[in-house]
Amino acid sequence: MKQLASPKELEAWRQEILAGVDPERPCLRVCDGTGCRALGSQELLGKLHEALNGDGGENGKVDVVATGCPGVWEQGPLVSVDPQQIAYMRVSPDDAEAIVNETLGTGEVIDKLLYKDPSNGEQIVKEPDLPFSSLQTRRVTALSGQIDPCRIEAYLAHGGYAALARALYDMDPEGIIDEVTRSGLRGRGGAGFPTGVKWKFCRQSQSDEKYIICNADEGDPGAFMDRSLLEANPHSIVEGMIIGARAMGATAGFIYARSEYPLAVEHLNLALAQAREHGLLGENILGSGFNLDIDIRLGAGAFVCGEETALMASIEGRPGEPRPRPPFPAQSGLWGKPTNINNVKSWSSIPLIIANGPEWFAEVGTEKSKGTAIFSMVGKINNTGLVEVPMGITLRELIFDVGGGVPGDKEFKAVQIGGPSGGCIPADHLDAEIDYDSLSKLGAIMGSGGLVVTDEDTCMVDLARYFMNFVQEESCGQCLPCRWGTRVLLDILTRICDGEGEPEDIGRLEELAPMVKVSSLCGLGQTAPNPVLSTLRYFRDEYEAHVIEKRCPAGICRGLITYEIDEEVCTGCMVCARNCPVDAISGEKQEVHHIDTDVCTRCGMCMQVCKFDGIRVY
Amino acid sequence: MIALTIDGKEIEVETGRTLLEAARENGIHIPTLCYHEALKPYGGCRMCVVELETPRGPRVVASCTYPVEDGAVVHTETDQIGQLRKVAAQLLMARAGHTPFIQELAASVGVDSTPYTLPTDSCVLCSRCVRACQEIVGIGAISMANRGSDRVVAPPFSISSADCIECATCVQVCPTDAITLKLITDRNRTVHVWPSEFARGACRLCEYHADEWMDVGAQEQTVHG
Ligand SMILES: Cc1cc2nc3c(=O)[nH]c(=O)nc-3n(C[C@H](O)[C@H](O)[C@H](O)COP(=O)(O)O)c2cc1C
Ligand code: SF4
Ligand code: FES
Repeated sequence: MKQLASPKELEAWRQEILAGVDPERPCLRVCDGTGCRALGSQELLGKLHEALNGDGGENGKVDVVATGCPGVWEQGPLVSVDPQQIAYMRVSPDDAEAIVNETLGTGEVIDKLLYKDPSNGEQIVKEPDLPFSSLQTRRVTALSGQIDPCRIEAYLAHGGYAALARALYDMDPEGIIDEVTRSGLRGRGGAGFPTGVKWKFCRQSQSDEKYIICNADEGDPGAFMDRSLLEANPHSIVEGMIIGARAMGATAGFIYARSEYPLAVEHLNLALAQAREHGLLGENILGSGFNLDIDIRLGAGAFVCGEETALMASIEGRPGEPRPRPPFPAQSGLWGKPTNINNVKSWSSIPLIIANGPEWFAEVGTEKSKGTAIFSMVGKINNTGLVEVPMGITLRELIFDVGGGVPGDKEFKAVQIGGPSGGCIPADHLDAEIDYDSLSKLGAIMGSGGLVVTDEDTCMVDLARYFMNFVQEESCGQCLPCRWGTRVLLDILTRICDGEGEPEDIGRLEELAPMVKVSSLCGLGQTAPNPVLSTLRYFRDEYEAHVIEKRCPAGICRGLITYEIDEEVCTGCMVCARNCPVDAISGEKQEVHHIDTDVCTRCGMCMQVCKFDGIRVY
Repeated sequence: MIALTIDGKEIEVETGRTLLEAARENGIHIPTLCYHEALKPYGGCRMCVVELETPRGPRVVASCTYPVEDGAVVHTETDQIGQLRKVAAQLLMARAGHTPFIQELAASVGVDSTPYTLPTDSCVLCSRCVRACQEIVGIGAISMANRGSDRVVAPPFSISSADCIECATCVQVCPTDAITLKLITDRNRTVHVWPSEFARGACRLCEYHADEWMDVGAQEQTVHG
């Protein structure tokens, strides 16, 4: 085992690793992230090895590498064939033999496994030509899907830990903080606080002990950016943390990860163990005399534990409840000691800044938001998945170019950015450039990068109710505005969706929501009303339709809609009557059918099964 | 010493005090609910909000937890503050409008009714009892259980706890009389709301033992005030 005692030894080992890399050697990269595992990537890996019949692996002719997720989870499992960089999607274990015999053997491309552009049906062969890849700026996620996250050698082959060597030997702590400040990096955990400034505060706090924490609690519904990065490139986070510890003079580090992320935790544990084994973590790192160890702490999946003071309480073994600030963590954090906490993406940006320089980092982005942003795009969008794009990209480019637009011939309605703490932005603002400040002006937040696209079939009141339900369940209950304010807001929204709202309810929402926002103790309550406030701001007419006209314009809210059979269209095929779970549909064979509105539960089953598109919603 | 301005009044206080303490010591009234002199600041009820001037405009903070800062300029009675206290009081009225304490508190900020509905209960979750049991008595027989609007004060697992020494400190600090003390036999008492019919231990601080204090005439009494 190599114990690296100097940057020179690190470089020598890197050269040794690179010398063993043959760029022409065939390699199958198989995405084995959590998403692809759920779709059968483990079985696929087994079948590939079987088909290779002993030729797979280091001693065979073909490398088979299980990677983290490059982002296109909906298309998984993914297999990329190197050196040609052929990209196969939705690969089933049954395709293993064809890939080995045809693509590896005769060089034939398997058409049915290629990505087909939904707009023009064109097939795309090479990974870099995929539309969602070519429009991205991959920096933090550059190695996701490219390397084996379980081998430190793979990270080293791509320049890993060179930034750490530079930070330990060629820079003083102030110099590191200066570069981070000049890069313009702002915290990727949501609030966007300048990282360099935060580090400086922590550096200035005098104490015998200081801690750094990586916030890997990622609790927003539908957000998987951090998980994917932890799974795909754990060493980048570890390296960033050691550099940060050196800059701030920290004596110990913690990674707070949710226990629902077992694969991420497994890869992190491996990375930490490898770094320790090779003298990159622990005592006397790279022979520099600097000491640091990093431990993992598991959270139990409470959204509020992502809030920094609640997170620290949880690490200390107390209930995960936030506390008032000041004192800020940089003055008094974990166990009362100065502490710096950053998000996963913030930490993994650090080695890039130190290795490439702050100017390189700041080349991309807007005046006040530098670098790239990682979004997880879900909802009514063609290319669901994770994307990394420059700050300042417009919503239109992000949703329609990178994301491929809205499926079918439906019309885009709004996009909810920033998860339950965020807000929705309507079509009028599609040309807004995305950065921390522009989004907050529009009533949303960057948040951790969750992005839900909605189309004409989405009811905005129902959407607000969905997010309010989430925050109300996740409120810790400590402070009055959040504990009862979100409860009352949810009750009102539910009432409106059930068709029992009164015109006065809109005024009640408008009076209560700002109070919850301003008076709550922590960021959860302070942002919880955003979905209500932003939908009220842009879609007030939908609220009014619900409470005054007793109508749900999108045809979603069950209390406000009626299903009817179109007499012109109905052929009397009886399919709807057979499928209705409550027997609300009657009619003779080959005669027009009718729905009994009193019995109908508005489940929509008839609409789904009707082959003639004969069900109408009013 | 720290110099600051509250409602136009220039004030000097010791370092480490809170805005609420500084105001009270200088005769400026700020309404509170979860605050109690004998307990550590909690910041739960948000009745005590005040406005702090900052370069980026006024910022709302809870005065009971916010430390005094040199040069701070604080306003306790702005329109915004009035509105925030009003809505907080309306939520309290929805929860416990039947209790005289909440009626009085609400009336003090101009509220006598509520447009909102909540499940009613005398307990307003100010956590005074929980903190008193922990901080003053040092027992920690009760704590907050559940999250959000399901939050309740309870002994562990909501079953009768042998840790309770029935010192009635919680009864003392409860503002809404949600907790009462009841004599169940001529020697045994129970602290109501959560079960506690147990042979009691002694107080670690004052060697008080509930059994020695039992010749109380009333069948049910409330220790309060
Ligand atoms: C309710 C709530 C949940 C949060 N969840 C997370 C989270 O899951 N991950 C995260 O990095 N930050 C989360 N934050 C933000 C953290 O409190 C903190 O600001 C962040 O970790 C700082 O790191 P950064 O400066 O790198 O963004 C949350 C904040 C709130 C109020
Ligand atoms: S705002 Fe909500 S989550 Fe935050 S302390 Fe208050 S009750 Fe707890
Ligand atoms: S008295 Fe300050 S929050 Fe309750």
